[in-house]
Amino acid sequence: MSEVTTHVDHAHADAHAGHHGFAHPMPVWQLLATFFALVFLTWVTVLQSTFDTGSMEVWLSLFIATVKAALVILFFMHMIHEKPFNAIIFISSFIFVALFLGLTLMDAHNYKDQVELQPPPPTMAPTK
Amino acid sequence: MSATLDPSTHSGEHHDDHGHGHGHNPFLAHHFDDPEQQFDSGKLGMWLFLVTEVLFFSGMFCAYALYRSLHPEVFEFASQFLNEKLGAFNTGVLLFSSLSMAWGVRCAQMRQRTGLVVCLAITLGCATIFLGVKAIEYSHKWDIGLLPAGMYLPQHLHLTEHHEGLSRWLYVFSAIPAACVLGFGAWYGLALAQGKKASAEIAGPFLTTALCYFVGVGIGMFFQAQEDAELRAAAAHSQVGDHEVDHAHEVADAKAMAADQSAHGEPAPGHANAETHTMASKDFAPGEATDDEVDQKGRAGLFFSIYYCMTGVHAIHIIGGILVLGWLLVRATKNHFNEEYFGPVDYVGLYWHIVDLIWIYLFPLLYLIK
Repeated sequence: MSEVTTHVDHAHADAHAGHHGFAHPMPVWQLLATFFALVFLTWVTVLQSTFDTGSMEVWLSLFIATVKAALVILFFMHMIHEKPFNAIIFISSFIFVALFLGLTLMDAHNYKDQVELQPPPPTMAPTK
Repeated sequence: MSATLDPSTHSGEHHDDHGHGHGHNPFLAHHFDDPEQQFDSGKLGMWLFLVTEVLFFSGMFCAYALYRSLHPEVFEFASQFLNEKLGAFNTGVLLFSSLSMAWGVRCAQMRQRTGLVVCLAITLGCATIFLGVKAIEYSHKWDIGLLPAGMYLPQHLHLTEHHEGLSRWLYVFSAIPAACVLGFGAWYGLALAQGKKASAEIAGPFLTTALCYFVGVGIGMFFQAQEDAELRAAAAHSQVGDHEVDHAHEVADAKAMAADQSAHGEPAPGHANAETHTMASKDFAPGEATDDEVDQKGRAGLFFSIYYCMTGVHAIHIIGGILVLGWLLVRATKNHFNEEYFGPVDYVGLYWHIVDLIWIYLFPLLYLIK
């Protein structure tokens, strides 16, 4: 891991050999726009909960939450200026979360609250 | 980290090396080539930490998804006891704190000392407002028995019950913030009296932070009182409308029931227990229980176990964030940060945004179930 780190850091340092500073301050308008978009989407998610959308409801709120999460990651967390290596590391965590949740939920309904004792099958293998 | 460095040597000589490359940064650790390498290494470490945070919380989201898919009726029933307005307000507070945090990173990168201190103070204030509102939510729920599985009290007897005065849990929650107000207040007063400007600059924001907790408590109490009044009005209205009986008589009945219950410390035996018994013998498939069954069998406690676990761990992250933000604020007043050394602000910012991110999912998943 440390080898990879050093390699990436050097590669990046070389790319900036001229060096005009590595800080990329976010413009204020981008920060404010992100904030107001997030507040608007919060309002949308509260509003959609007042309508009866049935089983779609949880997916709708998850979709809005994911759009908000993307805004936070891209702008507040500066992912748009982030090195691809760091981005891959962070995004990969969501792939593992998806695997974790997906595989767990796949057979969630195959378990029962109580164990049901079944009568022995009527046709037994013939005894010798 | 900062304790190993001598803060007195840097600030004076630091202003003139702007744009002249590196080599003069007092916070450049000797094993790094330059500030950028130091920053990148720290950032990689921070992203890795955030990955562990995402995976850590995913365990709880997995429990949520599993139990919601198995018992959707429990989530639909129990979610009505969460105060949507408080949840939405706290979402706004966290979003605003994320804005001020991101703005603070910008200030650090642009060497705006006052701006950074103000941004960090706003972020800290929002964090404690959030906790104040949370304290109201928790203490209210604990008062009326909305507790984790095993401790949950059926709610059908509680509807018209009204708690007078402040919850004793609120006093428990508020002990540490109150001590902080006194301590920081004394520190701030002393610093002002002695003319110690540097010290007052730290104590002032800390005092504001502690006071903001009580602002949150006040806002939380306002919204909760509104919700309680609406619930009582709705309950009284439905009783009159449905049964067309004398309103006063009905309220008196409910009060007697509540008194009976509090006298016994458990649901009135002849009523709830008999129903529970008959229902227990009935064999119903999971996912098909009615609201009464969910309530009276204490199944709603399942939701509150998950609710307290997720929001509690999230609140612990907020408290952790408050501690590191306080450390940043102290360093910011000492003018430690500039366009070559803003790593700590950036890293704490990333952490703060991930805490916000988790709340963005928690709010609709817990509060907005219909």
